Amino acid sequence: MSKDALSRDAISNDAAFIRNPVEEDPKLIKRRRTKNKAFVVALAIPVIIVLIVLGHMLVTIAVNGSKALNIDFFAQAQKPFGDPGGGVANAILGSLIVVGLATVLSLPISILAALYLAENAQKWLAKLVLILVNALQGIPSIIVGIVIYTWLVIPMRGFSAFSGSVALAFIMIPLLTTNMREIFALVPGSYREAALSLGVPQWRTAFGVILPAAKQGILSATGLGVARIAGETAPLLFTAFGSPYISTALGKPISALPLVIYEYIKSPYDDWHQKAWGAAFILVCFVFVMTVSMNLKKDKQA
Amino acid sequence: MNDKRYFRITSGAAVALLLAFAAVLLTLAVDSMPTFHVFGLGFFTGKQWNPVTKQYGALPFLSGTLLTSFVALLVSLPLSLSVGIVMGEYLRNSFLSRAMSIFINLLASIPSVVYGLWGMTTIVPLVQRLEGAAGVAPYGVGILSASLVLAVMIIPYMASLTAQVMQRVPNSMREAALALGTTRQEMILGVSIPYIRSGVAAGVLLALGRALGETMAVTMLIGNATRMPNSVFALGNTLASVIASQFNEAESDLHRSAMMTLALVLFVLSFLTNLLGRRIIGKTENGNV
Amino acid sequence: MKRNRIRGLIVLLLVLSVTSVATAQVTSLLGSGATFPAPLYTKMFDVYAQKTGIKVNYQAIGSSGGLKNIQDRVVDFGASDSFVKDSDMAKYPAKIVHIPTTVGAVVIVYNLPGNPALRLTGELVADIYLGKITRWNDPAIKAQNPGVNLPSTPIMPVYRSDGSGTTFNFTAYLSAVSPEWSSQVGNANSVSWPVGQGAAQNSGVAGVVKQTTGSIGYVELAYANQNKLSMATLKNASGNWVQATTASISAAASLNMPKDTRIVLANTSAPQGYPISSLTWLVVYQEQSYAGRTREQAKALVDLLMWIIQDGQQYAEALDYAPLPKSAVADAEAIISSITYGGQKLR
Repeated sequence: MSKDALSRDAISNDAAFIRNPVEEDPKLIKRRRTKNKAFVVALAIPVIIVLIVLGHMLVTIAVNGSKALNIDFFAQAQKPFGDPGGGVANAILGSLIVVGLATVLSLPISILAALYLAENAQKWLAKLVLILVNALQGIPSIIVGIVIYTWLVIPMRGFSAFSGSVALAFIMIPLLTTNMREIFALVPGSYREAALSLGVPQWRTAFGVILPAAKQGILSATGLGVARIAGETAPLLFTAFGSPYISTALGKPISALPLVIYEYIKSPYDDWHQKAWGAAFILVCFVFVMTVSMNLKKDKQA
Repeated sequence: MNDKRYFRITSGAAVALLLAFAAVLLTLAVDSMPTFHVFGLGFFTGKQWNPVTKQYGALPFLSGTLLTSFVALLVSLPLSLSVGIVMGEYLRNSFLSRAMSIFINLLASIPSVVYGLWGMTTIVPLVQRLEGAAGVAPYGVGILSASLVLAVMIIPYMASLTAQVMQRVPNSMREAALALGTTRQEMILGVSIPYIRSGVAAGVLLALGRALGETMAVTMLIGNATRMPNSVFALGNTLASVIASQFNEAESDLHRSAMMTLALVLFVLSFLTNLLGRRIIGKTENGNV
Repeated sequence: MKRNRIRGLIVLLLVLSVTSVATAQVTSLLGSGATFPAPLYTKMFDVYAQKTGIKVNYQAIGSSGGLKNIQDRVVDFGASDSFVKDSDMAKYPAKIVHIPTTVGAVVIVYNLPGNPALRLTGELVADIYLGKITRWNDPAIKAQNPGVNLPSTPIMPVYRSDGSGTTFNFTAYLSAVSPEWSSQVGNANSVSWPVGQGAAQNSGVAGVVKQTTGSIGYVELAYANQNKLSMATLKNASGNWVQATTASISAAASLNMPKDTRIVLANTSAPQGYPISSLTWLVVYQEQSYAGRTREQAKALVDLLMWIIQDGQQYAEALDYAPLPKSAVADAEAIISSITYGGQKLR
């Protein structure tokens, strides 16, 4: 097919039109019109397939997941093998703690690094760090898990919620840093210049003008980061380890929703399978709400 | 607090990120040394992964990774491109396009373990039936199931990127083509597609990057066999899935080191893929391709 | 404004860390490892928590995982159905001891329409897992099961994808009955399987067999019973067809054991013994004052161990495990008594 509108084919079509204005014209045009319609149909089929597949996934999660939801599911901790009843309260609490701590650990360093990258874009260090951090967004989370096992779990002589949070922070920081750098760079230069012309030092400008102006963006970027790490399983396998007890101790192993899903679905018990769907449902609902609301906020800001 | 200190703190944060990256690379490299010492580069061509005889070869996992990623891309590319073109051209700037965009972004945010869950209950039985019809042992799990679910996982990435670059095709070019009498199809194939070529390439690379590092869904669906996959129905392992399955119990130092080497390969592969992908995006955004 | 935020964060972190400050009183212990005894351990630890208030967090990740964790000293005890060989002792930073806790059985489970009761010999199972026998209606299987309607479905073997003591005992049996298996594959926690599909932990294998018609797998007896999976009757070394029951497991275990109880029971010579029986152990360090452990923690661990081999044994039979033979209990008590803290005995 022609590579651009002024290629030989297009010109020869016009030439054909000029050469044989009456004979070839209606046939050719008809063929082209049919091709046009066929194209739309050809495109529509994959689109419908994709919508059906994705829709099926959402429906399956919702239908299977809602079957598991009851008060016990939220209120009780995990029960041992095959014992009926129980819930995933320990996993919900564990997820909240681990994700919360990871966010607390990630935010300061991400904001500071993003400020540096936004304000010093020309320096070689900034360019290098930006490239690295961009590429780090795709780091396989299993690698983060095994590296943190080596760095933290072994020296600390134990699995802990803290090491799980650090692993999650490793995944969150590149994400937050790149997003926030964009947000800070988007703050109008006039704000900065106005502050500087009033004699406000750069550091004060950053914390007193830029950050507040970017507040919405920071919030939405953080929300998206939280949504992302809430679903991560691999980093927690070798760090948080899992625990059937409700626990808030940061220095001890802790459970999390993705860990429970993984553990339960591997088992042969129907009851556990149902609970796995229930946990998946909670997780997906949380992630959805976060993603949609943060994306809407982001669009509002832009 | 003064400007100097502020600069030190912020640049310190940036340097800390740099150091963290270097530390990860260093940890993986140092722990890989014993493997290279014993097997040399033959590690990458070795087909046997046998903890009993202490023969460790990475080829089964390299094959598994490449095979699943390749099949996933093959399946996902036509689907994603279609969605992207429809969103970016036919529904250009309409409410429906935004709605689809939100829907697709939602699907990109579903955790991997949930994809695995869905894959086990939906895709595996389908593949079992396919295998039964094809006369192959109906395991259900294997390269094919893992690839299919991977394909679904990467559709949002390629589709939204394609839609974005489609919407960036300058109106002037589009209208010029239409004014010359091209049909919409001819305009898309002749003008828009060539324009977005590098954007699509970037999308493919980013999707590949995600597929390479995908762990949980693949571990749950690929059958966990440390053998060379000989067909798309075979069971196998990817770099990520074998690490997830076996890391927690690599007792001998050589086994542990071999796992770290696999992690190093995975890290370098996905880093380079992502790097390349984002550079291309950077060029299409700042440049005028 | 930023200062207040920082203050708030510091307070938050302090509050969170207060919840994890170690007090002198021990309230929890951490162990990981074998899935083989996990149903029994979970029951035991549940009872123990109610009795003493000490919560034992046991993560069933496979025997190799437990051994690795205790090697790295990140758990209080590691659980494994394969004992550490003398040649591997050097991997551990200090001397370890094995405490036997129960005897269990590895059963061959399968999923066939109609749930027929099958008889299999060791050689048959080895050939299946070697990929030499590929269909259920193979003449060799038919020969052992006259009168059973076997379908032509392909046989799909399932094995453990994680390092497993169950695998160790299963492959020990296969190596004993099949020279081809012994030379081609061998006997270990993790082997290179010629055919089949991997699943994680005993529960994973049970799950796959339960859901896949035509599959065959090896799991601990409790998992087979809990999930109502069909089990094969095996021919033991004495030529008798034996099913896995508490009696046949106990028979396999009643022999002279070494003092440190490290023994493989597979392919037992006991006439009525089940051929793939196995002990399972908890592995701990003999000298407990390492890596900042407190005396209280060591004492709590030792008390737990003693309880397991004494009062805890009453829960074994109901879950289809066999209680430890009396001689093993005596050996275990001696081993536990040898555990010290700072050179001083704890019991």
